[in-house]
Amino acid sequence: MTAGAPVLSLRNVWWLLAALAMVGAPHAGRVPWWITALAVTLMAWRGYLARFNLGLPSRWLLLLVIAGGTAGVFVSYGTIFGRDAGVALLIIMLSLKLLELATLRDAMLLVFLGYFLVITNFLYSQTIPTALYMLGSVWFITATMIGLHFAVRYPGPAAPLRTAGVLLAQSVPLMLVFFVLFPRVQGPLWGLPRDAYAGITGLSDTMTPGSIANLSLSDAVAFRATFNGPIPNPTRLYWRGPVLWDFDGRTWSAGRPYFGKMRYETNSAPVEYTITLEPHSKRWMFALDLPARMPPATIVTWDFQILSTIPIHNRVRYEMSSYTSYRYGEEEREPVLARARRLPEGYNPRTRELARRMRGDAPDDRDLIRNVLAKFRNENFFYTLSPPPLGEHSVDEFLFATKSGFCEHYAAAFTVLMRAAGIPARIVTGYQGGEVNPITDYLIVRQADAHAWVEVWLEGQGWVRIDPTAAVSPQRVERGIAAAIPVSDPLPLLVRTDYEWLRRIRFTWDSIANNWNQWVLGYTQERQRQFLRSFGIADPAWRNLAAMLLVATGIAVLILAALVLRKLKTTVTDPVLRAYRRFCGKLARKGLPRHPAEGPADYAARLARERPELAKAVSLVSALYISLRYGTDCDPADVREFTRLVREFKA
Amino acid sequence: MYAALKRLIDTRLFQLRGPQPGAIVLVQRRIFILPTRHGVVFAAVLALMLLGSVNYSLSLGFLLTFLLGAMGVNAMLYTFRNLARLRIAPGRTQPVFAGETAYFTVCITNASVTDRYSIGLTRDRRHAVFVDAPQSQTALASVPVAAPRRGVLRPGRITLFTRYPLGLFHAWAYLELDMRCLVYPRPEAARMTPPPPTPKAGEGFEHGAGHEDFAGLRPYHLGDAPRHIAWKAAARGQGLLTKQFSGRADAELWFDWNELPAQLDVEARLSRLARWVLDAHAAGRAFGLRLPGVTLALAAGRAQRDRCLEALALFGLEDGER
Repeated sequence: MTAGAPVLSLRNVWWLLAALAMVGAPHAGRVPWWITALAVTLMAWRGYLARFNLGLPSRWLLLLVIAGGTAGVFVSYGTIFGRDAGVALLIIMLSLKLLELATLRDAMLLVFLGYFLVITNFLYSQTIPTALYMLGSVWFITATMIGLHFAVRYPGPAAPLRTAGVLLAQSVPLMLVFFVLFPRVQGPLWGLPRDAYAGITGLSDTMTPGSIANLSLSDAVAFRATFNGPIPNPTRLYWRGPVLWDFDGRTWSAGRPYFGKMRYETNSAPVEYTITLEPHSKRWMFALDLPARMPPATIVTWDFQILSTIPIHNRVRYEMSSYTSYRYGEEEREPVLARARRLPEGYNPRTRELARRMRGDAPDDRDLIRNVLAKFRNENFFYTLSPPPLGEHSVDEFLFATKSGFCEHYAAAFTVLMRAAGIPARIVTGYQGGEVNPITDYLIVRQADAHAWVEVWLEGQGWVRIDPTAAVSPQRVERGIAAAIPVSDPLPLLVRTDYEWLRRIRFTWDSIANNWNQWVLGYTQERQRQFLRSFGIADPAWRNLAAMLLVATGIAVLILAALVLRKLKTTVTDPVLRAYRRFCGKLARKGLPRHPAEGPADYAARLARERPELAKAVSLVSALYISLRYGTDCDPADVREFTRLVREFKA
Repeated sequence: MYAALKRLIDTRLFQLRGPQPGAIVLVQRRIFILPTRHGVVFAAVLALMLLGSVNYSLSLGFLLTFLLGAMGVNAMLYTFRNLARLRIAPGRTQPVFAGETAYFTVCITNASVTDRYSIGLTRDRRHAVFVDAPQSQTALASVPVAAPRRGVLRPGRITLFTRYPLGLFHAWAYLELDMRCLVYPRPEAARMTPPPPTPKAGEGFEHGAGHEDFAGLRPYHLGDAPRHIAWKAAARGQGLLTKQFSGRADAELWFDWNELPAQLDVEARLSRLARWVLDAHAAGRAFGLRLPGVTLALAAGRAQRDRCLEALALFGLEDGER
């Protein structure tokens, strides 16, 4: 049909350019600058050609640009596959397709590519603002698509925009049905490109001086915790993460983990809570010291790290319980203790000397620990986010020269002192504290709350937590990082806020974001099962889900059809005609319908014959109708009189 | 076998039973709908997006895919609605000459409260005319049909279709309207026109009754008898002028089938007669037509012209062809 190949009008080209620019804009900051420049140039070129009605460039030129663009992507990314390179290539191809845009077919293809480009944005961001922006983009693309199908006369931009809006709004119920009931499978279906999860921050399994301080500059949320009971005291909120055993003189690392059963003693009631962990591409699952339960698909190490069986690439939600007072590891094996005493030779000689001296003063381990903490407290040690850089003997320099550092400096120095004095010690990293959201009463733990502390092993007591940072800056533990570090230090805005209204907005926003995360982004297989169970669907198996989906889709489509097709009903605007039809309807219900070919006068005559008792009323109505409808003048009072007569008429 | 199957599909599924008199209301069973090629590509893109969403666990990807999928379903309803309940009535058609294009006007009445856009009409699936039918209005669409032969032309099956709003679905309805267009014989080329036969005696014709009073000169028209050309004036260089005479004798112009040269076949005769009719009408003269079995009395004017041309168009046709 000829409808397949009409040449596109200038208007359609503008709409397409605008729609694609809108969808592509968020990518501009993510791809190399030259790709943005190329895309903008090609779009401007297409606009210019359309504006002045010039011919499209030759295929050969476009092939040349494709080859150049692909080569450029390869140079920039080192590959043409994967997430980032794929998006870059898609943008280049799409811009080039614009220069081939001549027929309706090309335009439709571009519209579909535009929809696809929307989904690539979600690879990078799935926040509420992104979702809203992309919804706007989809609306605009859809309006563009509708604009392509006005074959006669273009009714102005309002008509396609309105139609697209209504079309999309009416599609929402069916979308929700599918979103809730479509069987979710745990991705990925095939191997993801290596760069699929680039740019995610979080704790690592190594620690050098400054690494946690760097993390503290990020206000990104690490996880959120909702407690079943009251939120424990801040001084008890030690969220356990990677445990670092091995020290090479500069870097602490986790090394090889031991696996075993969780064995502990406790005399307190457990704290029950649910954690929603943001993806961090590592395997740790954080829990309050000391975790007493394992979430599904995890293993636990001998030193109480909970490890997921697969790296955490998606937000996970798990229920946890912990004991905040406990004893464990009293009967630790000797090789383990030996590992916890090991120090590299040739590093930090002055610290070792200090440890020997302090050991002489205090033969008891507990006294020694108390002395070291007192030293941190009483000498002029300083807690800061931006400590001076340290050289080869980092602990020596910290203890005797700079005396200022962040939590990892204190934890490292303390552990080295302990090990030098023969006390088994290890560093535990994780998060400390968190911020209570008063709106919905859950705890937000940010990367800025990253912390490092120490566990020492004491005869008869097992592993005991010591936080040397608390000795230097008790506020860090009690009131959070913003209170502890000097005002001059850089901290993310969200962590340090003085304005009450800003805090309120922030907390409200975080509540919304939390719900968004839990219910929209975190709607996984597990969550789906949980949600359906709350509706009494005990076994949401694949087959049941499919059946429910089918039924719900049927209902939703029926409602949609009723909604869309209700506009088909014809309306009679003439009150006289409407009233007369009502009159005929009343008679039709009594078995006296007006025949299609019967005029009002004939009908009245027939009625008078068949129902003589109605003759008077019928003739009155009919006469008035004939005069109103076919007469020359039409008095509004007569119309009112006519409608009244019809209303009072009884067949 | 194939023909039988096609007939079965045509009569049962598509309800094609030949032209029906009167208007057609596009009720549900008259409208058919299928995805277009674009619709299939769109579904493929959605499938791809769904796969990507599963693989990358993109919740918003799921939402987008489902939103677009639901929109596709909705678009089907919209495309259907764009045709539903339209009332299609045959309109007027103007007679044409063989070799011209006939236009069948179709009245599309939209009594509903929603605008209908981009309704196409086509006979051959290659050429279509489009029309919008705003709410509570009647739109007129003229479907062109080539008219190669004289006689009666029927539009045959007209397909009314639409792809509005998204182009993902193609909804159509077959219209078999009882419409006909008269196709006059193609008039013979003017240059080769022999003069019409000179007026002579016929039934009820008064011959030589003191006529031929010279009334004046007018410019020469094709088909004027050379006998009436003012040769003297032409010789004076005033161009060709035709002498006009008052009096019935000269106006009584009869075009007679039997007077035509014997070697002409039926269509050639009709062509020539059509040419004469047109020329006589253009000259403003009264004329009559004699065909085997048909005689149209002497008259002048538009109605006479049309009557004569209709007689020529329908000459020799069986009732079934009319």
